Amino acid sequence: MATEPALEQTGLQGPAAWEEEAEREQVHGLGPWRLGLRRLRRNKVAIAFGILFLLLVAACLAAPLWADNVAKTGPNTNHLSDTIQVDGESVNVVALDGVPIGPQYLKADGKFFMGADRNGRDIMVRLLYGGRNSLLIGISAALITTFLSILLGTLAGYFRGAPDVVIRALLDIMWSFPVIILGVALGVALALGGFQFWFIDISGDSLLIPIGIIGLVYVPYMARPVRGQVLSLREKEFVEAARAQGAGPLRIMFGEVIPNLASTILVFFTLLIANAVLLEAALSFLGAGVRPPTPSWGTMIDEGVDRIATAPHLTIVPGVMLVLTVLSLNVFGDGVRDALDPRAKVRLEH
Amino acid sequence: MGRFVVRRLIQMVLVMFAVSVITFLIFNVIPNSDPAVRMAGRQASQSTITEIRREWNFDDPIYIQYVTTMKMVFSGDLQSYFTQLPVGEEIRKGLPRTLSLAIGAALLWMFVAICLGLYSAMKAGKFADRFLTIVALVGISMPVFWIGALMNHYLGFKLGWFPNGGYVELTEDPIDWAYHLILPWTALAILFIGFYSRVLRSNVLDTINEDYVRTARAKGLGERQIMVRHVLRNSMIPIVTLWGLDFGAVVGGGAILTETVFDLQGVGQYAAEAVGQLDVPPVLATTMFLAFFVVLMNAIVDILYAYLDPRIRLQ
Amino acid sequence: MSDAQPLLSVDDLRVSFATEEGVVQAVDGVTFDLAAGEVLAVVGESGSGKSVTAMTLMGLTRSPNAKFEGTAHYKGTELIQASEDHLRRVRGAEIAMIFQDPMTSLNPVQRVGSQIVEQIQEHEGIPDQQARERTVELLERVGIPRARERVDNYPFEFSGGMRQRVMIALALSCNPSVLIADEPTTALDVTIQAQILQRIRELREETGAAVILVTHDLGVVADIADRIAVMYAGRIVEQGTLDQIFYDPQHPYTWGLLGSITRVDRPRPERLPAIAGLPPSLADRPDGCHFRPRCPHEFAECSKVPPLEARLDGQADHLDRCWLSVEEKRSKREVLPGEIGLGAKEGARA
Repeated sequence: MATEPALEQTGLQGPAAWEEEAEREQVHGLGPWRLGLRRLRRNKVAIAFGILFLLLVAACLAAPLWADNVAKTGPNTNHLSDTIQVDGESVNVVALDGVPIGPQYLKADGKFFMGADRNGRDIMVRLLYGGRNSLLIGISAALITTFLSILLGTLAGYFRGAPDVVIRALLDIMWSFPVIILGVALGVALALGGFQFWFIDISGDSLLIPIGIIGLVYVPYMARPVRGQVLSLREKEFVEAARAQGAGPLRIMFGEVIPNLASTILVFFTLLIANAVLLEAALSFLGAGVRPPTPSWGTMIDEGVDRIATAPHLTIVPGVMLVLTVLSLNVFGDGVRDALDPRAKVRLEH
Repeated sequence: MGRFVVRRLIQMVLVMFAVSVITFLIFNVIPNSDPAVRMAGRQASQSTITEIRREWNFDDPIYIQYVTTMKMVFSGDLQSYFTQLPVGEEIRKGLPRTLSLAIGAALLWMFVAICLGLYSAMKAGKFADRFLTIVALVGISMPVFWIGALMNHYLGFKLGWFPNGGYVELTEDPIDWAYHLILPWTALAILFIGFYSRVLRSNVLDTINEDYVRTARAKGLGERQIMVRHVLRNSMIPIVTLWGLDFGAVVGGGAILTETVFDLQGVGQYAAEAVGQLDVPPVLATTMFLAFFVVLMNAIVDILYAYLDPRIRLQ
Repeated sequence: MSDAQPLLSVDDLRVSFATEEGVVQAVDGVTFDLAAGEVLAVVGESGSGKSVTAMTLMGLTRSPNAKFEGTAHYKGTELIQASEDHLRRVRGAEIAMIFQDPMTSLNPVQRVGSQIVEQIQEHEGIPDQQARERTVELLERVGIPRARERVDNYPFEFSGGMRQRVMIALALSCNPSVLIADEPTTALDVTIQAQILQRIRELREETGAAVILVTHDLGVVADIADRIAVMYAGRIVEQGTLDQIFYDPQHPYTWGLLGSITRVDRPRPERLPAIAGLPPSLADRPDGCHFRPRCPHEFAECSKVPPLEARLDGQADHLDRCWLSVEEKRSKREVLPGEIGLGAKEGARA
């Protein structure tokens, strides 16, 4: 510890020099975000899975590239009676007994990389386009949930009293509906007619329906913890200080409370996307989510399970993609949670 | 304790009422097209639609509609316009199957999760713990219907180790009943084992650092005794509540998907088939009853929790 | 002090922990003896290593990140390197501990009586009824009214002071020879503190157990201690009998401690007396005398670690770690012998 140079530089003696040194150290201390980032960087596994997720997203976004340049077909184009060249031989895309071909990988120049489905559609192309839809739904729904949870949780937790009672009652009742049941009920109710209210007119086939349903359904799961945190933050000194300075409730909510919720929200958000993607798959599997022929991983698994005996690849392929996506989100989200956790874990052995 | 129970039960009834209102609103009031058209389902004739409008009082004010709907649901007269079968009957037939699936899976996942969670906590930070964490994460990342379908296909159909779906009545043949349920139980449990083992692990690790565990050690108690009597017992309390809540959620949710994949013909599959056909009456009824079940389970869990944690009970 | 073999003999104890910030040397060479029936007060601020020392005697600091050196001999056996099995037999029955916070130190969902019976049964296999009787007697002895009814209460049904009495009863239940009290009154109201200390003193007289009283409060110590060890930054800086420490303190840190006690009967000082500077970071201690950065009397020699030695003629049991000569100490010290608090000496401190 460089104490001697400090003494010489400042000309101060003993204790006073130490006090100054200590003050200087505190100014350069790492805040909780930087500390969290540093801890996250050390977690190689979480980073790896985070990158995996980004790669999967990128692949899905590149769906048109694949469709146009490699597979040379669209996600909804049937090839029932077509043939392709495999190792110089002509093979039926869909065999005469109705069984579609399995994964060709690169054997047919990338066409039907993952095989075909019973309508002769290219699974790989559908997989990527379906991924776009599944991810779009997952992320949008997560955003909706987050927005509504922050809104409701902060209103309830900050103002207490009547708004709190009402919001809590609402959340409790929503909580009573198992997620799938509620999703299914809303899906069925909205599928046949869509949603018309005021100037809003959404058709039953629109992706906005599953997005809205999934976004709504998860609100109690996030709003409650948010409310709890707001309740405790409210009592903290810095909020009182802001109030003493004359800040109104809106200012306090946006300036003090919500920024401190950030770490909770961040952790929840990653896990929300994962769950939303899974819920979309479940709803689509049951027929209450994405409506065919629009591809999504859920609808693809649904179609696959019907024919699992003869063409298992129809089930396996979208499932593996889904599992990888959700897993990477879960592992990364776990890593984020560990990194932001104030309880420092003792790591080194010596 | 008695007063607490009574209060909680009253609360339960109120929530059930609210649930019925919300369910009603979802199906009959969502602003889109004509509820009668929706109720009639796909490919319904004009006469059916008019008939429905009359039967359900769709031209009357909302509260009359609500009362009518509730009367239809609870009286057993509710019928699916698609299959012409009475909804109440079908639900009653499917209930024991759904419960068999749910209870078996719940016991399985609880037992395995406790073992894995405890083991993970004891070996915290070491390879075994990290490995089990990844396994658990994979478990919660898999859609239950997907893994169920694959298990059914490969273990049931291809390898023939297990029956290829279907359900045998418990009263007929208990062994066969269990044999048919092993795969569904496992498929359903995988997701929850993943989740619960991690929650337990985290609770145990928290509890181990509590001051009273340090006191127990200072008393000279052995590690195993400390683990079981102090750590596990205290970590379990929040787990029990979660378990109860999830049990309700399983009956209302996970069961739907698993039953469909394994063709168990329970309430869940009944609902799933109705959903596929956009057949409203069965979905309406099952939604309400499954939500009721969850509310009931929540009340039971709260009461159980009060019993386990004297701090709640005695205040 | 008796000439008999000391009950507990700690020799050059060192304890270090590996943390995210580096290796922390919590205890840096602590040596002391404890005679049967005597009360030794270990005094120091947070971070001085006093609690770690106490807990290490019972093996409660063992973990994969902890490293121990030195020895602690108790009744012929060595404790620091002893096996878990052996330690388990010592804990509770030979050496017992009273912890700082009785609210969190008792199992919240287990009845109080049952927690005491548990310890009794662990060490003596007596019939349940007998163990229960003994528990009720113990509770009565520590001053809990209606003990026979309250033995089946839960911890949250007691007030803070009563809970601490329960802990004392628990500690005494197997008649230990050494009682370690780790800041037993810190978590309690000031009014209750005196009662608890009184009770500890009475029980010591009744049972003849030796007591190690760990505290940061010198005031608490005056009534009850036979000997005092003052700790700073992991080392004992002064050690002696109660009279020696209060009437002839030899170490600048001890002066600081004695001087910082405020007195009601003296004119209020302009500033609250405090020792300038901050305690050193646990992971990064200065070379030489640990107290040097805060010591107004430090000089060149202090860059070498002063050994803990008896520097006064005829007082082999009064040890300190300060290079100053005895005359310098007596002239420089800021408190009057036998007096506590400031205001006694002019120009004592800047």
